[in-house]
Amino acid sequence: MKLQLNGTAVETKASTLAALLDDEGFGGAKVATAVNSEFVPEGMRGCHTLYDGDRVEVLAPMQGG
Amino acid sequence: MRDFYGTSLPNGFMLGTAQYPSPAILADAFKRSGASVATVSLRRESGQNRAGQDFWELIRDLNVHILPNTAGCHSAREAVTTAYMAREVFDTKWIKLEVIGEEDTLQPDVFGLVEAARILSEDGFQVFPYTTEDLVVADRLLNVGCEVLMPWGAPIGSGLGLNNVFGLRAMRAHFPDVPLVIDAGIGVPSQAAQAMELGYDAVLLNTAVAKAGDPAAMAEAFAKAIEAGTLATIADPMEQRDMAEPSTPVIGKAFLS
Repeated sequence: MKLQLNGTAVETKASTLAALLDDEGFGGAKVATAVNSEFVPEGMRGCHTLYDGDRVEVLAPMQGG
Repeated sequence: MRDFYGTSLPNGFMLGTAQYPSPAILADAFKRSGASVATVSLRRESGQNRAGQDFWELIRDLNVHILPNTAGCHSAREAVTTAYMAREVFDTKWIKLEVIGEEDTLQPDVFGLVEAARILSEDGFQVFPYTTEDLVVADRLLNVGCEVLMPWGAPIGSGLGLNNVFGLRAMRAHFPDVPLVIDAGIGVPSQAAQAMELGYDAVLLNTAVAKAGDPAAMAEAFAKAIEAGTLATIADPMEQRDMAEPSTPVIGKAFLS
């Protein structure tokens, strides 16, 4: 399956958002997620099924004014 | 010091965390500022270097209140989604709500702002809206649940100070019981003092400290200016006059001409 992860095309076998995060090195990280511009709470990542072409955003704390 | 959604702050200094030369200088600037609130944001994380995780540890060690922003959002929908993500990551109901409407000035889109503020307030967020000094917009923001207003002093990052003193003074007079924060445009400490002398409850700034030659020293300079402005307001400044009035008594002056 091909999808967009933070604007970059990735090929993945992960079927859920939680699995994708583990595969891509986000395990245990303090991040927030959205799929196709919709917020996906941490508790829902395990049951959030991914589909071909999904746009996944993984955001973390960053400097801000 | 006034309460912000039930949280009493020790001073009126809110400081941003962006654009510092290094994390160590950021931390040093915060220590010397005494600022009680730090603004932060959310950005894309890399699974390889996980830079956001290091930043989060640095911020947590500052022991200040965290105020996440929705910087860079250009629609109510985008800002609302970002706010939900920020609430989960930073574990706070506070959100500095920015909906940008114009690229050159980064002026807020006040229509999108009111809509996003309504949605978020209804869902339990404590919204700090980045707005203009427009009294009608301010009223709408209060009506949808905001209990704090943050009018701009000047465009973000411009350092121009308080562009519309008349409008800001009118806002203070119009909403005497609402906590008001000057957000954006402050360039030097005297402008922060001026904001406090107008009766504002806090100033929020970033670039003026981060881009100074010595950010930590500038942070301390702002802290002193904010303290001076706060004390001056409490001390009840004199009324301005258009004409001179001698301060030295005239009575008893020798007749020498």
